[in-house]
Amino acid sequence: MVRSKSIGEKIFHGFNITLMVLLILVSLYPLYYAVINSMNTGYAIQRGFSLFLPADFTMESWRTVLSDPSMLGALGLTALRTAIVTVASTVVTTMFAYAYSRPYLRGKRFYSGLGVVSMYFSGGVIPFFLLISTLGLYNNFWVYIIPSLFGGYYNVIIYNTNFKALPDALFESAKVDGAKEFTIYWKIVMPLSKPVLAALCVFTAVGVWNDYSTTLYYTQSPQLKTLQYCILELVQSYNAADQLTSSAMSASASISELFSQNNNAVVNAKTIELAAMVLSAIPMIIMYPFAQKYFVQGVMLGSVKG
Amino acid sequence: MARKKRTGSKGIGRDWRTQLELHGMLLPGSLMMIVFSILPLVGLLIAFKDYKPAMGFQGIFTSKFNHFENFRQIFISDQFWPMVRNTLGINLIGQVVSIFATLSFALLLNELVNQKFKSMVQTITYMPHFLSWVVFGGLCINLLSPDGGFVNTILTALHIVEEPVLFLADAKYFWGVAIVTGLLKDLGWGAILYLAAISGIDPTLYEAATIDGASRWQRIRNVTVPGIMPTIMIMVIFAVAGMLNNNFTQIYVFQNVLNMPASQVIDTYVYNVGLKQFNFGIGTAASLMKSVLAILLLFGANFVSGKLTDSSLF
Repeated sequence: MVRSKSIGEKIFHGFNITLMVLLILVSLYPLYYAVINSMNTGYAIQRGFSLFLPADFTMESWRTVLSDPSMLGALGLTALRTAIVTVASTVVTTMFAYAYSRPYLRGKRFYSGLGVVSMYFSGGVIPFFLLISTLGLYNNFWVYIIPSLFGGYYNVIIYNTNFKALPDALFESAKVDGAKEFTIYWKIVMPLSKPVLAALCVFTAVGVWNDYSTTLYYTQSPQLKTLQYCILELVQSYNAADQLTSSAMSASASISELFSQNNNAVVNAKTIELAAMVLSAIPMIIMYPFAQKYFVQGVMLGSVKG
Repeated sequence: MARKKRTGSKGIGRDWRTQLELHGMLLPGSLMMIVFSILPLVGLLIAFKDYKPAMGFQGIFTSKFNHFENFRQIFISDQFWPMVRNTLGINLIGQVVSIFATLSFALLLNELVNQKFKSMVQTITYMPHFLSWVVFGGLCINLLSPDGGFVNTILTALHIVEEPVLFLADAKYFWGVAIVTGLLKDLGWGAILYLAAISGIDPTLYEAATIDGASRWQRIRNVTVPGIMPTIMIMVIFAVAGMLNNNFTQIYVFQNVLNMPASQVIDTYVYNVGLKQFNFGIGTAASLMKSVLAILLLFGANFVSGKLTDSSLF
């Protein structure tokens, strides 16, 4: 083992640690860059982005974002949608997975067939669009909720593996005592499955919170904009700087007013965009380490044994 | 009763009341799958028809078949070859780079001695995976901005370039931007799978290798990599199956009129030409072709992998 402390070893470890520190910086810096520049004044940014600390500190952009009615509306809508879908789809999916996991279920093949077909075959965006408009969900708040009520067969597989790992005796004694299936599911299985529930709830919530394509494909009214979609508009309109005051902005009264003034104000399109980005990232950053320890457990169990 | 006797204690739950309860619990999820996954498959019919959006739901059935006219329209369109090239180019290079980089990252992470540092690196590198593409992509656009963005500031300060590089306004950089940002976002997340596989390797194999005088590189090459080969193969199968599937949410954030020649992929074509310009038949035909090829690729890759390495999905 003397060899393991050789110069070659030291160089390797030195290189490895340096690389890891570099990756940490690469992962953290983009967000840090957004934070400092969202606290910059518009005219400071006109001269160039700050790299380490805000050149000209102000919280004006944050104040604007947090007092803009359309931005707050989008934030509220996104939060409401995320909460409803996370809770409802978790109940529908775990209920399905519980019944599916029972060894005495008859007709299981039908359900697994249905699940596999739904997982591998997809009509694509346009047939789905036709369905959404036929159901009257186009440009309707419920388009955010109803199609997402089932978490997908992949999640069923993960829950199924976890539920099957629970001791059989638990179910048998409950059945002998005459417990109803729903009672067993709700009172026994759910409380014992907190790790996988936590992990998949976080996945669902992250997916819903971060989604913008539903808004892009299936809505058009400004009241139905989600936070991510508002940010997308800011990002895209900044790219086409000459279109700043165009239709994309007109829905948001106070922000479009800012654009119509000159771009050298305390607050400009860029600082607003950065503040909105950081705002929308905050819940994700709070949430992900909380459930991190369950990820490997939840994800691995499903993908290894699934 | 005969059934109960035959199956012993497993006989519980075979009564109709329990079955009714179970099927009742399966009902909401099944209805969701039938309505939102199976029913849209009927809509694929319009790929072969002259369908106009004004025709509504019945139009799916009543519109006339047009003898593969939609497919012909796609093939003769001047967007066809660029779109195929962009889809395959971004995916092929992107997947090779990402599998190689993620695997290397996992292997190097595994060589870290300090466990606290290791878990810190992991936690921090996961983070970008949880940001939306709007936010992460938007951040990248800012960092790459020619007006004093971070990357251009550094590049000009070091005199690597004289003029700021127009990363997003110049089509020739688009593939690179898409591949590198995709890699950075999911590097940490992708490594989870490999690390879990590595932790499943029997530690006595490493001890034996060390006693035999194997160097670090030899241990990695002859113990770790063969030990996680099944996981690597599964990632390769998924990569091949996903060859035609671009990440719409990513590409769409970076796409603009100037980089369109390099950024139009099948998925954005379906949206831009199909949905946005109301060419529903053409859009559906494009996504149908894509799905059929994707399924063939999945089975093909699975078959080849099963023959070559004994690891396959099903």
